[in-house]
Amino acid sequence: MPKINAIAELMALQERLRTGRANGGTILTVCGGTGCQANRSGAVIDALRAELERQGLSDSVTLRITGCQGFCEQGPIMVIDPSNVFYCHIEPEDVGEIVSRSVRGDEVIDRLLYTDPATGKKVQTEAEISFYRAQDRVLLSQNRQIDPCAIEDYFAIGGYSALAKVFTEHDPETVIAEVSASGLRGRGGGGFPTGRKWADCRTAPGDEKYVICNADEGDPGAYMDRSVLEGNPHAVLEGMAIGSWAVGAEQGYVYVRKEYPLAVDHTRKAITQAREYGLLGENILGSGFNFDVDVARGGGAFICGESTALMASIEGKVGEPRPKDVHTVEDGLWHRPTTLNNVETWANVPSIINNGAAWFAAKGTKDSKGTKIFALTGQVRNTGLVEVAMGTPLRKIIFDIGGGAANGRGIKAVQTGGPSGGCLPADLFDLSVDFETLKEAGSMVGSGGMVVMDEKTCMVDVAKYFLAFLLDESCGKCVPCRIGIDRMLEIVTDISEGRGRPEQIPLLEELAETVQETSLCALGKTAPNPVISTLRYFREEYMMHITEKRCPAGVCRELIEYVIDEERCTGCGVCMRACPYGAISGAKKEPHVIDPLVCKKCGICWDGCAFEAITVHSGGVPCYST
Amino acid sequence: MSHVSVETIVGERKSQPHQLIEVLQDIQEAHGYISQEAATVVSHYLGVPLIDVYRAASFYKALSLEPRGKHVITLCTGTACHVRGSHVLLDQASSQLGMNNGGTTKDGLFTLERVNCLGACAIGPVAVLNGVYHHHMTSAKLSSVIDAVLKDEVPQAGDAAPALQYRDKDYGRRWPFGQIPKRE
Repeated sequence: MPKINAIAELMALQERLRTGRANGGTILTVCGGTGCQANRSGAVIDALRAELERQGLSDSVTLRITGCQGFCEQGPIMVIDPSNVFYCHIEPEDVGEIVSRSVRGDEVIDRLLYTDPATGKKVQTEAEISFYRAQDRVLLSQNRQIDPCAIEDYFAIGGYSALAKVFTEHDPETVIAEVSASGLRGRGGGGFPTGRKWADCRTAPGDEKYVICNADEGDPGAYMDRSVLEGNPHAVLEGMAIGSWAVGAEQGYVYVRKEYPLAVDHTRKAITQAREYGLLGENILGSGFNFDVDVARGGGAFICGESTALMASIEGKVGEPRPKDVHTVEDGLWHRPTTLNNVETWANVPSIINNGAAWFAAKGTKDSKGTKIFALTGQVRNTGLVEVAMGTPLRKIIFDIGGGAANGRGIKAVQTGGPSGGCLPADLFDLSVDFETLKEAGSMVGSGGMVVMDEKTCMVDVAKYFLAFLLDESCGKCVPCRIGIDRMLEIVTDISEGRGRPEQIPLLEELAETVQETSLCALGKTAPNPVISTLRYFREEYMMHITEKRCPAGVCRELIEYVIDEERCTGCGVCMRACPYGAISGAKKEPHVIDPLVCKKCGICWDGCAFEAITVHSGGVPCYST
Repeated sequence: MSHVSVETIVGERKSQPHQLIEVLQDIQEAHGYISQEAATVVSHYLGVPLIDVYRAASFYKALSLEPRGKHVITLCTGTACHVRGSHVLLDQASSQLGMNNGGTTKDGLFTLERVNCLGACAIGPVAVLNGVYHHHMTSAKLSSVIDAVLKDEVPQAGDAAPALQYRDKDYGRRWPFGQIPKRE
């Protein structure tokens, strides 16, 4: 691979690759992201390769394996270009037919098309699918165009032009001014203005500075960073190079979770390729600027997503945060000025430089600019990654893009912002999703997780879930977080297990306030949010647990019982065999019975019953209709 | 798991204390856990006090001080998987493998562990067996995934019908008759 020594060489290479692609003929784009791989896209890809070879099409047809394209629910997915036909739920067995009919011929295989759940009709292209149509995919659309393991693909869509542009048209101050003018704010949760962070780091005294990409996406229910890093690692590296040039750093780190093996792998490959082309290393593009990046793997500690804990972890220490009275832009990694940004923040930088600050600032609200990727998950029909302009109403995301409830039950709430965020009830779905609005409503944008909850989700259980999570993940350094979360969990557990007393609610609120005000880092300061927000919007549900000893959602095990409906039970015996505790008995083809003394309320029988004969009761009342 | 020596893993990173977490992760990957010997060698080569090696090894969840089982089942308990009922999977796997709340089976065949999020939220609940992701899991699907491994591990006389199997209450497993393990 020849090293690119000058900007003109880069431009020539880009042009050559672009024309090569324009005349490329048929392109099969198959998603190879983690979601689709779990859906056996690996087998589909292998089968495709073999089939193309068998039919003698290997040279004329391009097979492009991309990172996550976002519509994980429908995986494995494939797009045939130029006809733009979209196939979903592909099995390896379908491959022969696809190649014969849709690649050789121009037929469309009806069976593999996406069915619009609203109309029940088959649709042929992505543009017709409501999930895609209502989005504004700036970053995610790049994922579809490139193989993350091939830097040439990134060149072909104009990759590293932004880096070249800063060398020719900018000096560090104007780059920072451009980023500031775009209104880009940290995508990892804090929402701190990126330009200001860079400016502070640039002016901080010190010869040696660092830039860090925070890809320790520990928020349960969020995976946009994984997808960006997995699907478009060069955009992140290019963003880091630009940032590094602006603040005056020469070394960068990508701190990525070990739980994301594909992201680690793709980042490492991208770094190697960028080094080979001379886009990382010394004298990049003949500009005299030196910059290199290393990968550091996270060790499975949520707290390491906090900037100071993350830096401690890169230094080889345990991930404990420190007080931030002196900011990391002055005293960060190895006590040097350090700029730390989230994956999505870095990935946005090249397009801001290429298209200008005004282009970015044209999208979004007054204080929250640009687009943001959200992970729409939980009890919603279309789960996946959704990129929309800031300020889009929750309703549009959940109903227009998400397609509404997954299984006929009513949607009750949406949890945004992970363990630091809160639960917003369905009657607030007209709120616009931006940093300020969600914060005022008691939640936050956070890293962008959006978990949709329906009637079968108990809000007390959700609060308990997050407290248990945070207790587990608290590093234990400061008392309010270490002890406070534990005490809050004790109270919420009491409530969920039927021991709750009304006077515990004010105590819970007082504890929440104390933990919020006195904890050392953001983990502790935001830890009470799930409790505060559920108390604010779902207080009556807490009260039902306390006064009526009833869990209306049928979740809290101590307050529910599983009952077999004699009329519906066919006596098939599936539940009896499935019950791990031997609590179900009954003769063949006779209604079965659950022994309440043996039953541990795990719900495995309910999960397995094909006749909906098992229902959940709480306080003697059935919990939800289906 | 490959048995590369700790010295090889440390390789060029000698006397670089900041590489501690990376080295420990590589050892974890190669050996399945951080043994006492490994910790001592790491301490010596990197120049990190042994107590700090242990401090890191016990702090990070990805590192284990106990040997892990031959097969590792990881259940995702992230929010998205939780609201879709991942707790059922924990009950299923624990009871099927005869353990309380995760850990390693007595015979060292299985390790059951939970992880707070695998980032495959859209297709949850997710279970991972030996690095292979299984999506939209139900207790029945998980049960057959575990059974498939057990079938390979515990040789069966022909394809014995389930009725001919003995269900061991302690282990929570089904064994074909004639191969029931002796009690300790």
